[in-house]
Amino acid sequence: MTQPSSGGDVRLDRISKTYGSFTAVHPLDLHIPAGSFFALLGASGCGKTTTLRMIAGLEEPTTGTVRLAGKDITDLPPYKRPVNTVFQSYALFPHLDVYENVAFGLRRRGVTSVKKRVEEMLELVQLGDFARRRPQRLSGGQQQRVAVARALINHPQVLLLDEPLGALDLKLRRQMQLELGRIQAEVGITFVHVTHDQEEAMTMADTVAVMNGGRVEQLGAPADLYENPGTTFVANFLGTSNLIEAEITDKSGGDLVLTTAGGRLALPAGRCSAPVRTGGKLLVGVRPEKITLSHAEDAGTVPEGRNRISGRIAESSFLGVSTQYVVTAPGCPEFAVYEQNIERDPRLVPGAEVVLHWNPAHTFGLDAAQNIDAGTERDEEAV
Amino acid sequence: MATVTPDAPPADAPVQQAPVRRTAVRKRLVPYWLLLPGILWLLVFFAAPLVYQASTSVQTGSLEEGFKVTWHLQTYGDALSEYYPQFLRSVLYAATATVLCLLLGYPLAYLIAFRAGRWRNLLMVLVIAPFFTSFLIRTLAWKTILSDGGPVVGALGSLHVLDVTGYLEITAGQRVLATPLAVVCGLTYNFLPFMILPLYTSLERIDGRLHEAAGDLYARPVTTFRKVTFPLSMPGVVAGTLLTFIPASGDYINAELLGSTDQKMIGNVIQSQFLRVLDYPTAAALSFILMAAILAMVTVYIRKSGTEDLV
Amino acid sequence: MTALTRWIRRNLVVIAGLGTLAYLILPNVVVLVFSFNKPNGRFNYQWQRFSTDAWTDPCGVADLCGSLSLSLKIAVWATIGATVLGTMIAFALARYRFRARPAVNSLIFLPMAMPEVVMAASLATLFLNMGVDFGFWTILIAHIMFCLSFVVTAVKARVMSMDPRLEQAAQDLYASPAQTFVRVTLPIAAPGIAAGALLSFALSFDDFIITNFNAGSTVTFPMFVWGSAQRGTPVQINVIGTAMFAVAVLCVLVGQLAGARRKRS
Repeated sequence: MTQPSSGGDVRLDRISKTYGSFTAVHPLDLHIPAGSFFALLGASGCGKTTTLRMIAGLEEPTTGTVRLAGKDITDLPPYKRPVNTVFQSYALFPHLDVYENVAFGLRRRGVTSVKKRVEEMLELVQLGDFARRRPQRLSGGQQQRVAVARALINHPQVLLLDEPLGALDLKLRRQMQLELGRIQAEVGITFVHVTHDQEEAMTMADTVAVMNGGRVEQLGAPADLYENPGTTFVANFLGTSNLIEAEITDKSGGDLVLTTAGGRLALPAGRCSAPVRTGGKLLVGVRPEKITLSHAEDAGTVPEGRNRISGRIAESSFLGVSTQYVVTAPGCPEFAVYEQNIERDPRLVPGAEVVLHWNPAHTFGLDAAQNIDAGTERDEEAV
Repeated sequence: MATVTPDAPPADAPVQQAPVRRTAVRKRLVPYWLLLPGILWLLVFFAAPLVYQASTSVQTGSLEEGFKVTWHLQTYGDALSEYYPQFLRSVLYAATATVLCLLLGYPLAYLIAFRAGRWRNLLMVLVIAPFFTSFLIRTLAWKTILSDGGPVVGALGSLHVLDVTGYLEITAGQRVLATPLAVVCGLTYNFLPFMILPLYTSLERIDGRLHEAAGDLYARPVTTFRKVTFPLSMPGVVAGTLLTFIPASGDYINAELLGSTDQKMIGNVIQSQFLRVLDYPTAAALSFILMAAILAMVTVYIRKSGTEDLV
Repeated sequence: MTALTRWIRRNLVVIAGLGTLAYLILPNVVVLVFSFNKPNGRFNYQWQRFSTDAWTDPCGVADLCGSLSLSLKIAVWATIGATVLGTMIAFALARYRFRARPAVNSLIFLPMAMPEVVMAASLATLFLNMGVDFGFWTILIAHIMFCLSFVVTAVKARVMSMDPRLEQAAQDLYASPAQTFVRVTLPIAAPGIAAGALLSFALSFDDFIITNFNAGSTVTFPMFVWGSAQRGTPVQINVIGTAMFAVAVLCVLVGQLAGARRKRS
C-alpha cells in the first residue's frame, strides 16, 4: 500500500431490521474496535448479512444508529460512506476489465491519476498481468482477489467481507484465508467478515460474534468461544460438543459435583455459565478431542481426579491423523471421541468396552433450559 | 474490547421509533413514474381504441349522416351469417399453416441447436436475414415460384401430385396460384421464423448430457426424442404456435397476393369493409369477433398445454 | 445400399432441416435473380433476359425512393420512441414490486396476442372519430404502440437476469444513483435494449397491415410494394429488397467477427 490508512471503529446502537412481521435482526449493540478483524458467524438466515449490509448502507435499519469513528452515518447512502464491501460471489462488473473494475471507486470520487495506484494494487494482489482481462475469464481465486483489490484501493476505514471465500474450493480457501490475514495486518483497516464457516472465522478473526435467529449468542476471541461456550448453539455450531444432562449435587472447593446417568463428574464453578443451585439441572459438555479412551481392562490405570464415564464403542473411522469414535454411554448415546493416532490400541474396535476420561478443567456447564441440539444442523448448508 | 448487550436498552436511551422517511415514499412512486408514459401510450392507442371499436360495432348510420350508438346487435348476427365461411377458412388456413410450420421448423431448430457445431451462427443468420427483405417482396416472389407453367408447377404436374391435390380440392387443374395450397404455402413461409426462433431458444437450453443420460438408460433415439427432448421443448412449441397462429389468422396479404376470391380470409373482409366499403360497424363487429375468438382459443390452449407461466 | 440408408437415417434431421432452410431462402434467391431481369410487361414475374438496368438506376421509378426514405424515417423514430418508453416499463416491471403489476403485464402481453388487423382497424376507428388527419404522425403513433411490447419483453428478460449486487457494488464504490445507472445498469442492460431496438426497427420498417389502415394517402415502402402488386412490379423493388438483405447479413457478420475478436483478446 502506498499510504497508510487507519481503520475506524464501528459502533452499532440498538440496531434492528424487520421485514413486515419478520425480524431479521433484533435490537443489537455491537462495538467493533478500530483495526480489528471481526467475524460475524452464523447459519444462513441468522441476520449476519443483514447486519453487514446495514453497516454498508445497502439496508436501512428499522431502528438504531450506525457510527463510524464516532460519526453517525445511519442516514448516509452507501456511496457516501468510507466503507467498502467484498460481495458474495464478488459482483465484478462484467462489462469492464479488471483494471477498470479496480479503478471504478477512484474514478467515481474524481481521482484523476488512477494509473499508478491501480497498477500497485494489482501488483499487491498479484494480478498485474491480467489488467486487461474481463472478469468472466478469470478463475474463482483471481476474481476474489480483484474484488478485494477493488474495495481496498479506496482506503476505506472499514472493509466488509460478505462470505468472500464461499465460492472457492477448500484448498484455495485456506490459501486466501492466509492472504486476507496478511493484507489486513499490512493495511491495518478494520475488517468485518461474514461467514457460515466456523473454521474460517476462527482462523482469521481476532473477535468472533456468533449469531443465531437475529441475535448475537456470544462474542469473544476464537479460543475463548471454543473452550468456554456459553450456549448450546455455540457449543454445537463451533466444532462438536458432547452434552450430557446433569444435576448439581454438591459444591466442593471451586468445583461443582454433578450427577449424570453415567456417574459423578466434576466441573470448575468458573466454567459454568448457568445459575448454580444445588439440586438444579445443568447441561455438561466436553469437546471430543479432550477425551482419552482406555480399554475397560485398563480402567485401573486411569489417574485419580479425572472425569470418567464407561461405554461401548459403536463406530470408529480412521482419518489418518486421528481416529474418530462414536461411543454409546449412559446419558449420551452418541459420545464423540477424537484420538490422535500416536500409539493405537488394537483392542479399540467397535463392540469394545471402554472408559472415557478427561481433565475436569475441560468440562463446561450450560443452562439446561435450552435445546440440546441447537446449532447441530449447520452441515446442511456448509460448503 | 467488543461488547454486546442484546435486548437490554441502556436505561437513559429513548425508545427509538422508526421514522417514516420521506425518501421511502418517493421511492415507492418511482415505478409509476417509469410506467406512466409507456402505459399511457398503450392505454390511449391500444386499449381505448378497442373500447371505441366495441361501441362502433353497435352503431348504425352512414358516412354522410354520421354514426350513432343504437345498440344494433344485429350487426353481429349479420356479420357472422354473411362471413362465416371466411371465418372458418381463416381458422383452417391458420391452423394448417401452424402445423406445417411446426413440422418444418422443428427439424431446423433441432439442427441448429444440436447438430450445427460451428455453423450454428451462420444458420441463425440465414433464418433471420430474410426478415430484412420486405415480406411483401418475398411474398411476391412466391408468385414467380408458383407461376403457371413454371418449373415447380411443372414438376408437381408430371409427378401427378397436382392430380391428387386437385382431387382434394386444394389446387385447381394445372394451377397452384390462386388456390388454397398457394395461400397456405405463403402463410407457412411468412410465419416460419416466428416458429423457429422460440423453438430454438427452448431447445438450446436443453443440456446435451440429457440425451446421453436417456441413451444410457436404454432409450433409443426416437424414444429419447419423444420422452425427453420434445417435452422439454414444450415452452418453445407453445410460444411458436401462438406466434404463428395469431398473426396468420388475421392475415390478408397472402390471400390477396397468392389466392383468388375463393380464398379470402377474414382479414380481407375487415380490410375491404373498412377501407373500401367504409362500413365501419361491420368491420368493427368482425374484428371484435375475431379478437374474442382468438383470445378464447389462446386461453384454452395455454391452459391445456399447462404453460401458464409463459405470459 | 444399407450403408446409404443408415447414413440417411442418422442424418434425417440434418436433411429435413436443410430442406426447411432452402424453403426459407428460396424467395430471397428469386428476388436476387429477378433483380437482374428485364421484363416485357409491367410485371416482373417471368424471366426474360439479363440486365443491370435496375441496379444502375434504383430510384428510377416514381415515388419508390421517397417511400423508402419515409419508411426509414418512421422506423428510426418509432425505434427511438418504443425503446425509450419500453425500457422504462421494463425497468419498472423488473425492479419494483407494486400493486398494478399484473395489470401492466397483461396490457403488455395483449398487443402481442392480438391479430394486427384488429389493432389496425380499432386504432383507425379512433383516429377517424377524433377527426385526426392520417399521415406520418398516425403511422408513427401506431408503430410505437405495437413495437412497445416487444421492447419491454426483450429488456425485461435482460434486466431480470442481472445480478442486483452489481448495482449495490457500484453504490458501495462511491457511484451516486445516477452514476450507477449510467456506468453499470445501462451498459449491462444494453444487449437487451439493443435487441429490442433492432426488433422495433425491423417490425416498423416492414409493417404493412397497421400502416395500411392508418396511413391515409401517405405511402411507405411496404405500401408502395403492395400498390405495385396491383399496378405493376418494377424491377427496382427487387434491387432494394436484395440490397437490404445484403446489408443485414453484412451487419450481422461484422458484429459476429467483432464479437469473436473481443472474446479472443
